[in-house]
Amino acid sequence: MGLRKTNEKGILGWFDQRLPVMDMWNDHMAKYYAPSNFNFWYFFGSLALLVLVNQLLTGVWLTMHYKPDAAQAFGLVEYIMRDVPWGWLIRYLHTTGASAFFIVVYLHMFRGLMYGSYKKPRELIWTFGMIIYVALMAEAFMGYVLPWGNMSFWGAKVITQLFGTIPWIGDVLLEGIRGDYNISDATLNRFFALHVVAVPIVLLILVFLHIAALHSVGSNNPDGIEIKDYKDENGIPKDGIPFHPYYSVKDIFGIGMFLIIFLGIVFLKPDMGGLFLEHDNFNIANPGSTPEHIKPVWYFTPFFAILKVVPNPFGGMIVMFSAIIALFLLPWVDRSEVKSIRYRLMPFKLALTAFVTSFVVLGYLGMVSWGPGEKLLAQALTGVYFLYFVFLFVYTKNEKHKPIPERLTH
Amino acid sequence: MKNLILIVTLLLSANVFANSGGAHLEPAQTNIRSKESLQNGAKYFMNYCSGCHSLQYQRYNRMAKDLGLTKDEVKENLIFTDSKFPEHMTNTMDNAQVEEKEWFHKAFPKDLTLIAKARGVDWLYNYLKSFYKDSSRPIGWNNTIFKGASMPNVLWELQGIQEAKFEEHEDEHGIITHTFKGFKKVTEGTMSEEEFDNTVRDIVNFLDYTAEPARLIRMGMAPWVLFFLVIFTMLAYLLKKNYFKDIH
Repeated sequence: MGLRKTNEKGILGWFDQRLPVMDMWNDHMAKYYAPSNFNFWYFFGSLALLVLVNQLLTGVWLTMHYKPDAAQAFGLVEYIMRDVPWGWLIRYLHTTGASAFFIVVYLHMFRGLMYGSYKKPRELIWTFGMIIYVALMAEAFMGYVLPWGNMSFWGAKVITQLFGTIPWIGDVLLEGIRGDYNISDATLNRFFALHVVAVPIVLLILVFLHIAALHSVGSNNPDGIEIKDYKDENGIPKDGIPFHPYYSVKDIFGIGMFLIIFLGIVFLKPDMGGLFLEHDNFNIANPGSTPEHIKPVWYFTPFFAILKVVPNPFGGMIVMFSAIIALFLLPWVDRSEVKSIRYRLMPFKLALTAFVTSFVVLGYLGMVSWGPGEKLLAQALTGVYFLYFVFLFVYTKNEKHKPIPERLTH
Repeated sequence: MKNLILIVTLLLSANVFANSGGAHLEPAQTNIRSKESLQNGAKYFMNYCSGCHSLQYQRYNRMAKDLGLTKDEVKENLIFTDSKFPEHMTNTMDNAQVEEKEWFHKAFPKDLTLIAKARGVDWLYNYLKSFYKDSSRPIGWNNTIFKGASMPNVLWELQGIQEAKFEEHEDEHGIITHTFKGFKKVTEGTMSEEEFDNTVRDIVNFLDYTAEPARLIRMGMAPWVLFFLVIFTMLAYLLKKNYFKDIH
């Protein structure tokens, strides 16, 4: 008959004979053994997935009422905010979701840095994750242009101009990205296409690969040791617990905590005092009126500060992209045999603190206008940012560390 | 590395405080929940501002509903054009007219639906109070918050006319700067200072409302949403605790 064998009955059995439903469920949920010592920092993966779903759903509903037309876009956003039933909620879920996505992803990445989750055998998980991060930045950048506010316009102008600084191909590339000689209706149309179709598809594929790679090698944990090294007679890791029901239930609690903060912002302070929705973006795009202080949304500001540190725009762009490429290389930069910060010594802890501090303060500096003091500080912190990778590469050649336990500690 | 962190910390603390400068704005202290204030603001906006400034995203009927006004009240007191009740609050003076007649030196009056989001209520409140007589300006008015503003002081009847006092400084390069040293009232208005402040506050409050009418809904829903989530999260915590009681 060609049907698969199954222990299930009824409708589930019918499906299981034709599709490995139960195998998939077991491989990724009921018999996926995760370390039993996940802490607070392990909420952010599932939260990122939640925010992704939120962005997709609210995004679909927003596209039902929006047109990527430079003459209409700004007014249509206000139409959604006022005349579409629950339109304000859908839009705020989407705009707050964009910021929440980056908060969650930054914390998720910080977890990886602390516990060495990028290290062998999880290099591919980290690499896919980094590509997700880059795709997310492209997605957020193009989405920010769609409301067609004045900061949408000028932000897009400044950032696309960077590509115009590339020698030889700059002009052609710039025109290709904008579809015009300036940010215009043509730009809005292509950014809309990329934002709602192309990049989301890429993101979904990457998220699939990220999770597939994770489930192939298994999750890391706060101790940074492999639970698969100690299995019982059935081949089940002694320190593992099935993802479902343990972590599916625990993640519901995490989702509840997240939603209190997230919906608190959506309902009480959706513009976050100009941080999530910027003041200048409540003015319609106007090529004749440059905002006093052009800056990107907060999640890009660390890189924006790094860009501004270099006087030459093309040089600045190289340094800025290097800051992202450096993160890609982490699995090979960190040569240590120990993963978790718990068993690493003070030099590593201080270096990581300096790195994270430099990133956060650069983020602040990317939002404010600069005097000589700010510029000097941004230069110093850009140095700290890159030095982290140099330090890590040298330091981890023969890194001393505390004794690593064989089994998980609780 | 320790030294580096120290330097970074020092630099940071020095700079955070260095950044807190800028023009001092008196807080507007608007209250979007006060229907009385919003109604009064709407009244003064329609009488003093709407001749030039439109509210192109705000509908009359939505305003009536949110401010607790009836259709007749709005039609009789607040619609000065041939607009219908469900229509947007646009005005009759169009930009072509401004261009042709060279009104305000062709500075088009801005649509004000979203101005409270773009400028902030404090800025608007201070701006509307800071017009002063300045014969060097084309229409005889200037503003300390927005220097060289093209708008005349439309509220002068209420506020009276004030002059600004400046102190002159000359630095070693001979460059002269003026520091604002307060206003002097030269003509009394029909309102006392307190009455005028309250009127301006109400206008700004009304503009804060038009910038986001949905705020009234979401602020009202927020406690219920958060209350539900807190209960949900507590139950989720108990469930999680129960599942994990054998693990650790």
